[in-house]
Amino acid sequence: MSELVAKNISKSFNDKKILDHLSFTVKDGEFVSILGPSGSGKSTLFHLIGGMLQPDDGTFLLDQEEITGKRGAISYTPQSPSLLPWRTILKNVVLGSEISGQVDYSKARNMLKKAGLEGYEHAYPYQLSGGMRQRVAFVRALLSPQDFICLDEPFSALDEFTRLEMQQWLLSIWEENKKSILFVTHNIEEALYLSDRILVLSKKPATIVEEYTLPFDRPRDQNLFLTDEFLKWKRMIYQVLQGSF
Amino acid sequence: MQNRLSFMKKILRGYSPVIVIIVILLIWQWSSLFFSIPKWLLPAPTDIFNEAIKGWDSYTHHLVSTTYLSIGGLVIGVSVGLIVAIILHLLPLVRQAIYPLLILSQNIPIIVLAPLLVIWFGFGVLPKIIIITLVCFFPIVVATLDGFRQTSPELVHYMRMAGATKGQLFVKLEFPHALSAIFSGLKISATYSVMGAVISEWLGANKGIGVYMTLAQSSFRTDRVFVAIGFIMILCLLFFTVIMLLEKVLLKGRRHTNE
Ligand SMILES: Nc1ncnc2c1ncn2[C@@H]1O[C@H](COP(=O)(O)OP(=O)(O)OP(=O)(O)O)[C@@H](O)[C@H]1O
Ligand SMILES: [Mg+2]
Repeated sequence: MSELVAKNISKSFNDKKILDHLSFTVKDGEFVSILGPSGSGKSTLFHLIGGMLQPDDGTFLLDQEEITGKRGAISYTPQSPSLLPWRTILKNVVLGSEISGQVDYSKARNMLKKAGLEGYEHAYPYQLSGGMRQRVAFVRALLSPQDFICLDEPFSALDEFTRLEMQQWLLSIWEENKKSILFVTHNIEEALYLSDRILVLSKKPATIVEEYTLPFDRPRDQNLFLTDEFLKWKRMIYQVLQGSF
Repeated sequence: MQNRLSFMKKILRGYSPVIVIIVILLIWQWSSLFFSIPKWLLPAPTDIFNEAIKGWDSYTHHLVSTTYLSIGGLVIGVSVGLIVAIILHLLPLVRQAIYPLLILSQNIPIIVLAPLLVIWFGFGVLPKIIIITLVCFFPIVVATLDGFRQTSPELVHYMRMAGATKGQLFVKLEFPHALSAIFSGLKISATYSVMGAVISEWLGANKGIGVYMTLAQSSFRTDRVFVAIGFIMILCLLFFTVIMLLEKVLLKGRRHTNE
């Protein structure tokens, strides 16, 4: 079980308002994307949820329990993979569970296998490609004891081809595990393809301008990109984004 | 043919420093014969080599003593350095007050304090260990603190988001990150420790390479001075090699990490 509620979150840096009374809910097992332009405060929102920063106003509840300003309540993948270069892949993916909880190597091996990283357990991060490293970071988040996962633009540094592959892979893994995911992106297609729901952020100060529940069935595959309905959604959200900046 | 050529090239590259040394020794040997330089001024390499073999029994106890002294001083100096660095790192207020002074004190040759130490502590082992500790201590402290400070902010950020305590952050991230910097400091400290040992022996001792050197110098046995210098160099290289091997074993998988 894990349900995240954000109530009236506001945050300013040096009198510059970045987030303005954000409120939203991510239900148990739901995949929600936050779509917003660069610099709108998406990473800042994650830092607030993760307790790295204190909001000026508002609270976060995880399963009805207040976690505002509390670190370690959620599992998180930063914008860059952030793997420890001196640890092997296997040792890297158990880091989250090492910090809080129990290390389970057989589960870790299993998960790496599913992520297509079999045979790389004892490799070091520098021996992996960017996409593989991103997968390792995601496996680490899945193996962390927390049930709520925040992903901060995990695929933005990848090329188009790898990104498609990674999206597909993320969906298949998530459909098996059904942890709640809050996913940040500035790519409309990515948000449409992956999410149950999309929250659209406006530019500074960021507020939630629109919220969409997507009708696409699961499991999804890449044919979805070419359907009329998908293109219609894409056009609509594009216009909303245009209007909001 | 091609293969043999590249093979030759490889050998030349790997051993080129050795070749340079051999060439220098040959020139030295030849010129001391050709110009008939007196032995007390500059003995030929062969003379030095002969003395090294012939006198072996008379100086081994000096050699052993200095080796022990350097290792003891190095271990103590490095331990103290690491502890001080960790304390300074974990207590930012103390670091702010002390770190600039540490950097400044690097510019003072520690050796000038040696006579003071002899006045305070006499001619026993203690003042010698203190001297070696002092010279080994600074490179380690500065390298270690730099290593801690240069921990990638991204990784710190991830660890803190994951709920790591200050202790976990240190044990799992900052310390392992600093290891390669610590090893660079260690390499400098190791060579300093031999230097520190010899100089502390100059100031007063009854055995050690430093003593052997002083005795040789006062009796104009320049060949023996060279034997001492040779062994000091060998000792430094030995320490350096041991540390490099240790680094290779402990930090495997680290190379290329920044690429
Ligand atoms: N610690 C901080 N101090 C001051 N200003 C900050 C700080 N962190 C972020 N900001 C400002 O807040 C704004 C939002 O930053 P944030 O990193 O959250 O954007 P983002 O939506 O994640 O952008 P991107 O898509 O490029 O990652 C930026 O204008 C940034 O300059
Ligand atoms: Mg960001």
